[in-house]
Amino acid sequence: MPLYGKKQFNAINRSVPRIDGYDKVTGRARFAADLSMPDMVYGGVLRSGRSSAKVVHIDTSEALRLPGVLAVVTAADVEKPQSWASYMYITDRVRYVGDVVAWACAETPQQVREALAAIRVEYEELPAVYDMRAALEPGAPVVQEKYPDNIFKESVFHLRKGNVEKAFAEADFVIEREYETQYIEHAYIEPEAALAVQHAGSGEMTVYAAAQNPFFTRRYVADILGAPLNRVQILQQTLGGSFGGKEEGLGLLAARAAWLCRHVNRPVKMTFTREESFLESSKRHPFLLRYKAGIMKDGRIVAWEGTQIDNCGAYNNQTQFMNWRANAHSAGVYSIANVKTDTFGVFTNNVHGGAMRGYSSPQLLFAQEQFIDEIAEEIGLSEVEMRRINCLKTGNQHATGATLSHVTISEVMEHTLAETDYEKKRETYKKQTSSVKRRGIGMAICHRSCGFGAESPDASGAMLIANEDGSVLVHSGLAENGQGLKTAYAQIAAEALGVPYENVQSFGVDTHAIADCGMTVASRGTVMGAQSVRKAGLQLNAVMRQNAVELGFFADMRKIEQVNGLKPYSLDDFSVNSGEQLLLRDGVFYLPDYPAYTVPFNAVTGSGIWAGKQLSSYAWFVPEPCVQDHETGQGVIAPTFAYGCVVAEVEVDMRTGYVDVLHVTSSHDVGTAINPALIKGQIYGGIVMGQGFAVMEDVELHAGKVGNPNLDEYILPTAMDMPNMRVNVFECDDEKGTYGAKSVGEPATEAVGAAIANAVYSATGRRIRKNPAGLEQVLLGKKLSKG
Amino acid sequence: MVTFSLSFTLNSAPVHIAIEPNARLLDVLRDQLGLTGVKEGCGVGECGACTVIIDGETADSCLVLAASVAGKSVTTIEGLEQDGILHPLQQAVLDHHALQCGFCTPGFILSAKALLDKNPHPTRNEIKTAISGNLCRCTGYMQLIEAIEDVAGARQEG
Repeated sequence: MPLYGKKQFNAINRSVPRIDGYDKVTGRARFAADLSMPDMVYGGVLRSGRSSAKVVHIDTSEALRLPGVLAVVTAADVEKPQSWASYMYITDRVRYVGDVVAWACAETPQQVREALAAIRVEYEELPAVYDMRAALEPGAPVVQEKYPDNIFKESVFHLRKGNVEKAFAEADFVIEREYETQYIEHAYIEPEAALAVQHAGSGEMTVYAAAQNPFFTRRYVADILGAPLNRVQILQQTLGGSFGGKEEGLGLLAARAAWLCRHVNRPVKMTFTREESFLESSKRHPFLLRYKAGIMKDGRIVAWEGTQIDNCGAYNNQTQFMNWRANAHSAGVYSIANVKTDTFGVFTNNVHGGAMRGYSSPQLLFAQEQFIDEIAEEIGLSEVEMRRINCLKTGNQHATGATLSHVTISEVMEHTLAETDYEKKRETYKKQTSSVKRRGIGMAICHRSCGFGAESPDASGAMLIANEDGSVLVHSGLAENGQGLKTAYAQIAAEALGVPYENVQSFGVDTHAIADCGMTVASRGTVMGAQSVRKAGLQLNAVMRQNAVELGFFADMRKIEQVNGLKPYSLDDFSVNSGEQLLLRDGVFYLPDYPAYTVPFNAVTGSGIWAGKQLSSYAWFVPEPCVQDHETGQGVIAPTFAYGCVVAEVEVDMRTGYVDVLHVTSSHDVGTAINPALIKGQIYGGIVMGQGFAVMEDVELHAGKVGNPNLDEYILPTAMDMPNMRVNVFECDDEKGTYGAKSVGEPATEAVGAAIANAVYSATGRRIRKNPAGLEQVLLGKKLSKG
Repeated sequence: MVTFSLSFTLNSAPVHIAIEPNARLLDVLRDQLGLTGVKEGCGVGECGACTVIIDGETADSCLVLAASVAGKSVTTIEGLEQDGILHPLQQAVLDHHALQCGFCTPGFILSAKALLDKNPHPTRNEIKTAISGNLCRCTGYMQLIEAIEDVAGARQEG
């Protein structure tokens, strides 16, 4: 398998500039909070500051009398206080600290704040439960009445393969460990924002929103208004990062803005402060992970048992999807004959878990990849050898039963280990005795099912429009969230249609203008979502070739002969009467046997528009079905897998426990690199996000209350913290994804935390079984927090 | 409401504007002057999305009382492009793919500009220090640093 650089394409596989770059470097890009409208007013919300309580009395009279106040709203005023997805737009029963008990709308943001401060609320505190273990105890306070044992039953998944009991009995070693991960904030730099505008007369609602998934947001807005979906338009604005976060919280915000907009009959803008974003956006689920492995003396893992429990928080509509993924990847990137794992979510009175880059994989890998190191050490094998013996190879059966092809993990791993001099360094670092500073090196390998797979249908649609001047628009229901989707889609459309990248523009998402193509999640945008773009491109390519023939561009044989240097009348018995005889590539039509005569793309569009020719295409793509048994998890879970290997090197201050992440090398099999520079950007960003997960980030909850709700106390890595980074992009000939592309957005971050944790052990001999590797955890083996 | 009459230089042009005495510079720039390239990310001076340059020094405009810039010169991202030509830092950020969502990008470019205006050939560590008040959640900073080094004309490990 080669490193990037061996494939041949025209518009893809090149680091073309970002399509949205100019607007972003000049400050012209309009994010939702940047918009304003004539007559616009502002909305805001009141939160209780409590984790579990009932509103006994709420008095809005004083707030309503304040200057500029247009509305003060409580749960009793809203016809449908609960959203379609269980979260509350507004409530009188508080289940977590993000719940909202009142809204205000006023002429200025200052007047909104004053109105909210003037609302008088009397609460009755109710029992609450915060810890996953406590929530599972009999008699624990119930978070959601529908789930009396606090287990989110829709999120329960199992993996059953072979006979683990028998295999454990026969194993030479049986080893067990438990690991735990923390809440992580997405911390996109743009807080959530929405501007709702009602159209005079029609009553139609348009919401300009910082939405990761505009169709998902539309569901909330239509829901609160009781309006049909064709009366609600969501226009996605330039999105300032999301990573899975601008889904539920943003939907609630957009819905509240729309309700207030209709109520006061003026455009309403609502934005979250950073603190509100911390309270009401979802978090990366904390996981409690218990694994038990049976191993033979030669290092083969023959049995694997696991319990994976995640903290849903107080509301949920993601854990059941996320746990599908956690279940499917519960035995790691290893070939193990006997597997038995259970995965489920637990409700608590905390901030809610949701989608965050990785969708369970950073948590699982943190545990699994340390567990592999621990097993290796205990049975006296090197952790590298352990992985060499057990990692998946082509022809192996995955834990979900499917036989795999194009498994590239061994090559990716060996390249990375050699490049980083891993094995030699690991040995050298074992001999350190300094009580001041010690170095460590650690590794992790990973695999990820590409796209939705068996989680849900991975279908999408796309439309291409060629204009009379030859410029092209690509239109999809999938969204640009900063990752570069518009650029990748323009490249893929250009490649399939046969025009230069520069001719193509990507249109942002307008829910009135394209069909719902599912969510922009699961690293599916390029690998699967773009399949419909490619298909539409190939369709339009055929349509345009036929147009070129029918419009007479290939009728003049004398001209074709002349340009090709042929004798006059030598093509007398040849004629062009079907588009199939032509090629359209790189913006020109030509006959493959007589390529000197070319017709530019814009000549055909220019004539075609006046001749009434079709200059557009629409395609819908549905992948091969992935069918999996729900009780055993056995079946086909995905069209293909992405593979990666990360090696991290750290220096630990043995006096303070401070972990300095010095170097990270991250290698990924991306199948086909659609835009190598964008891929590198994803991987660099994934490394630094993984570093935050590993050593510094932790949403501190004290009885459900967020102790660090802004970026002064929730610490993100800065440029001074970032490690030196090396990125290796591998390509392979697996053709399942669009032009052979695989997922990279989530692979980029998922194994970083595990590699760093293994490096900390290499330096200190101390296992980080509870993330993150903060000062206290490294120095004392526990956290001294109040929580 | 008592207003304050503020005069200052904004992107090389004189501005005279009536503001509320307690207004933040961030709000005056965004809401009154329409310069929405200045972003609010945290409101507490941590993320750097609201970075502007005041008399050659970077500042978090969310922490600056607007009235305090009277008589001073303020530069925002909107002031960098000249006659349709991007500032070299803007071009380098494009060329190096040093942006993703773009929300933090104006702040980074201004921090880098303030650095290079004072120190045209910084070391990598000086670059990292200069942009350490700007948070980016997408890029991992690497391509940004390369872009700044490219403009500085020297790749110096430091």
